[in-house]
Amino acid sequence: MINFVLLISRQGKVRLTKWYSPYTQKERTKVIRELSGLILTRGPKLCNFVEWRGYKVVYRRYASLYFCMCIDADDNELEVLEIIHHFVEILDRYFGSVCELDLIFNFHKAYYILDEILIAGELQESSKKNVARLIAAQDSLVEAAKEEANSISNIIAQATK
Amino acid sequence: MDTVEKIVEEFASDIAMSPFSSGTRLRDMIRAIRACKTAAEERAVVRRECAEIRAAISENEQELRHRNMAKLMFIHMLGYPTHFGQMECLKLIAATGYPEKRIGYLGLMLLLDERQEVLMLVTNSLKQDLNHSNQFIVGLALCALGNICSAEMARDLSPEVERLMRSREVNTKKKAALCSIRIVRKVPDLAENFMGLASLLLKEKHHGILISAVQLCTELCKASKDALEYLRKNCIEGLVRILRDVSNSSYAPEYDVAGISDPFLHIRVLKLMRILGQGDADCSEYMNDILAQVATKTESNKNAANAILYECVQTIMGIEATSGLCVLAINILGRFLSNRDNNIRYVALNMLMRAINVDTQAVQRHRTTILECVKDADASIRKRALELVFLLVNDTNVKPLTKELVDYLDLADPDFKEDLTAKICSIVEKFSQDKLWYLDQMFKVLSLAGNHVKDDVWHALVVVISNASELQGYSVRSLYMALQAFVDQGSLVRVAVWCIGEYGEMLVNNIGMLQLEEPITVTESDAVDAVQLTLNRYSADVTTRAMCLVALLKLSSRFPSISERIKQIVSQNKENIVLELQQRSIEFSSIIQRHQSIRPSLLERMPVLDEASYLVKRASTTQGTLAADKPAPAVTPGGLKLPNGVAKPATSPLADLLDLSSDDVPAIATASTTTAPNDFLQDLLGIGGVNSSTAGAPSSSSTDILIDLLSIGSSTSQNGPPAADFSPPQATDLLGSLSSSTSISGIKSAPAVPQDMDLLDGLPSNTSISGVDNHSSIMAFQSATLKINFDFKRHPGKPQETTIHATFTNLTSTSYTDFVFQAAVPKFIQLRLDPASGNVVPASGNGSVTQGLSVTNNQHGQKPLAIRIRMSYKVNGEDRLEQGQVSNFPPGL
Repeated sequence: MINFVLLISRQGKVRLTKWYSPYTQKERTKVIRELSGLILTRGPKLCNFVEWRGYKVVYRRYASLYFCMCIDADDNELEVLEIIHHFVEILDRYFGSVCELDLIFNFHKAYYILDEILIAGELQESSKKNVARLIAAQDSLVEAAKEEANSISNIIAQATK
Repeated sequence: MDTVEKIVEEFASDIAMSPFSSGTRLRDMIRAIRACKTAAEERAVVRRECAEIRAAISENEQELRHRNMAKLMFIHMLGYPTHFGQMECLKLIAATGYPEKRIGYLGLMLLLDERQEVLMLVTNSLKQDLNHSNQFIVGLALCALGNICSAEMARDLSPEVERLMRSREVNTKKKAALCSIRIVRKVPDLAENFMGLASLLLKEKHHGILISAVQLCTELCKASKDALEYLRKNCIEGLVRILRDVSNSSYAPEYDVAGISDPFLHIRVLKLMRILGQGDADCSEYMNDILAQVATKTESNKNAANAILYECVQTIMGIEATSGLCVLAINILGRFLSNRDNNIRYVALNMLMRAINVDTQAVQRHRTTILECVKDADASIRKRALELVFLLVNDTNVKPLTKELVDYLDLADPDFKEDLTAKICSIVEKFSQDKLWYLDQMFKVLSLAGNHVKDDVWHALVVVISNASELQGYSVRSLYMALQAFVDQGSLVRVAVWCIGEYGEMLVNNIGMLQLEEPITVTESDAVDAVQLTLNRYSADVTTRAMCLVALLKLSSRFPSISERIKQIVSQNKENIVLELQQRSIEFSSIIQRHQSIRPSLLERMPVLDEASYLVKRASTTQGTLAADKPAPAVTPGGLKLPNGVAKPATSPLADLLDLSSDDVPAIATASTTTAPNDFLQDLLGIGGVNSSTAGAPSSSSTDILIDLLSIGSSTSQNGPPAADFSPPQATDLLGSLSSSTSISGIKSAPAVPQDMDLLDGLPSNTSISGVDNHSSIMAFQSATLKINFDFKRHPGKPQETTIHATFTNLTSTSYTDFVFQAAVPKFIQLRLDPASGNVVPASGNGSVTQGLSVTNNQHGQKPLAIRIRMSYKVNGEDRLEQGQVSNFPPGL
């Protein structure tokens, strides 16, 4: 299973964290610090796996962002690379060539997308189209609620004029 | 930049819902934080925002709740405390609208984890949402439950999830299946409720459902034996069908990854097949054809394809595969290993680890490639390769392999040297057929990486040297020469100084020359020079200096002609601020000056100690052989014999546990606990007096002498100035008992010993986070006759639980019958023993008996595991009994 997902910028700033195994806040900070030290310093041609505390961390760099997933020792590292890519492609389609700023200002969207891909540290959906469809449907639910709220507040605003 | 911001603004706007909102919007806050130049500025912004959010919370402003939650999540991600917002999550979840629920659940998953009591409060809302008519709200609840539920919630909400697995909605079904994985992980007892449902889901068509169901099945197999059997009976056909369909399917753009249809489903099915086929010939036979198809049909030029091949090879090696299939797997493995891509090479090494159980010969063929990988630029690859080399070593190839590794030691990264040295040492120790070779290798390792050698390794070396009387001359001469060249290698220096002190006359007179040796000319004063140089060079290392002083004292008796000069050197430390050195200096000077008559007998050579019993002790107390990434802090020289030393008071529940070898090693237990710290001076000095009696003493007690000698001052350097120099209250008793040859022992690690619990507490337990370091197996016990390995399997969600797979190997040439393994644990641990695979252990390691243990450490994170073990068996009808203590568990268990 995937124990946690981390997105770290090249400067070591955290852009997304998702924990599927229990870690206290203190441990989380420590883990992030340790792993950024391990991963950000690795050279470009080396393999994408780091052994860490009996687990393996699979990472892949996209532009200035490192996508890291921590898996159990007997999980398939190559597949996890594909899962990372799967996630990135879905983000890319959603935001339209995604960049770090999108993930900063719309971090919650990235989380919503991740929640459609992974649950309990296991893969939920192998079709990018399905994920996009589900996210779009939920976004439109939010839109609809917003419009309704706006129209009600307009009515109130007009009525109290 | 502007356009990006604009787009961003649009997306961010749905967060700021209310047109009447006051304060900053989420986007503005993020921008303000990003604009901060210093950490202090950032803190100020965050503080201001938090204050506003708190105010909004206390005024119960519903309109801002949604936006504030988003802000809190961002602030949380930056690492600031956000606990005050936890209740807001619950309020948002309890709201009726979808937008509120969506952000509320996200906040719940981000800000809380399963250990917070607040989480219990959400159970009711979750239950309502699981029964909601809107599938997306059900989806949110399932997702949250699957990601953070605790055992209690799992129990409470399991019926709801079971019901949802029968839902008509695809989205709900797959989420419910994944959610059940978490539930089963938290409460394995519930596994049986899900197995029927899971096998039903395997008949679906939708890939999302299939993937989820396959993963659920995998988890069920791990959780329950009944479920494993059930799924073997009911699912194997379905699985083969799924794999065949997906592998034969024509191009499907929705699932296509680099020309392969749904590699994720491929891999997950293959993984489940491995679990089902393991040890089950019927199941394995059923999947032979499809595995062969996947292994041959998949083209290996893209990562996705390689991922499938990798999984497929692992499955073939894990099940009872036909020999043809194994050949196929081995060929793929060879292809992987020669690949230039580092990722592929890394996983190839992983595969080899598995292959070694299937076809050792095939793995041996790749030995040169593996050795190359040990020298790779990539630390991950090096580490894997080194583990593998360790498994590959046997009697025939040990010499060339060791040579390669030792040669590489010179070039290796400093970071890597420690691992490499540990491995070389254990290889050399394990396979040393001839002592000269062993000594040569050890001298090389000490010369090249003496600073990375662990204490127990060079202690063992000293034991070997002191036993090999015909090689002592050779040793001291080699070490003397090595000392000239590699004076900055700490443990080399210690061993060399010890040998010069003991065997000084062999050094200067070329005694015991071997044929291959060139004679060297060393004068008495050269030998003293060497020690003096070390004494001055290692001014900060108390242990080394203390050893130098002892060596000088010994030399003063070996070389009476220059004892005046030695006295001068020794007395230079008379005013040393380290009490330990000061005392030695003063006492030694007085021995040299005033007690010449007793000096020769006082300073005789150290008595030879029993190698076998030393090794047994070492193996049962220290990690000994297998890879240790970090030296366990507890394995100090004093720690070597702690288990014997902590036996006394029967009050503690642990005491009994720790008293492991009271039968084999009588007298030590009591002697060592009562002995005050650091009376090794008495030991050392007393040796001359009791020499004759120790010679006849039980071997175990003489072992202690050595350890005493070796651990000189080691506690001093670690624990600061010890209470050591107060003369020990039991000194007279001790000396009295010495002469009656019952026991000579003393414990050095003063602060560690007196409490019974310390053996266990002393083990590294601070890595409790996730609990782990890199080894998943240890050598739990080794004697001259029997070897026990423990393999560990952890349950990531439940760090307190560990499944141990014990393998017993017979090292003698007679097979053992009626073999029974027993284990005992302290009260805070629960233990369950599975039945053993047999009760006959075949001779000479031709096969072994295995047995499973499940342990639950109720004080996980505070106390490490400890198990006392006992093996009884019959050799040619004669009863035998062995016992030991396993405390070298990897940290974090």
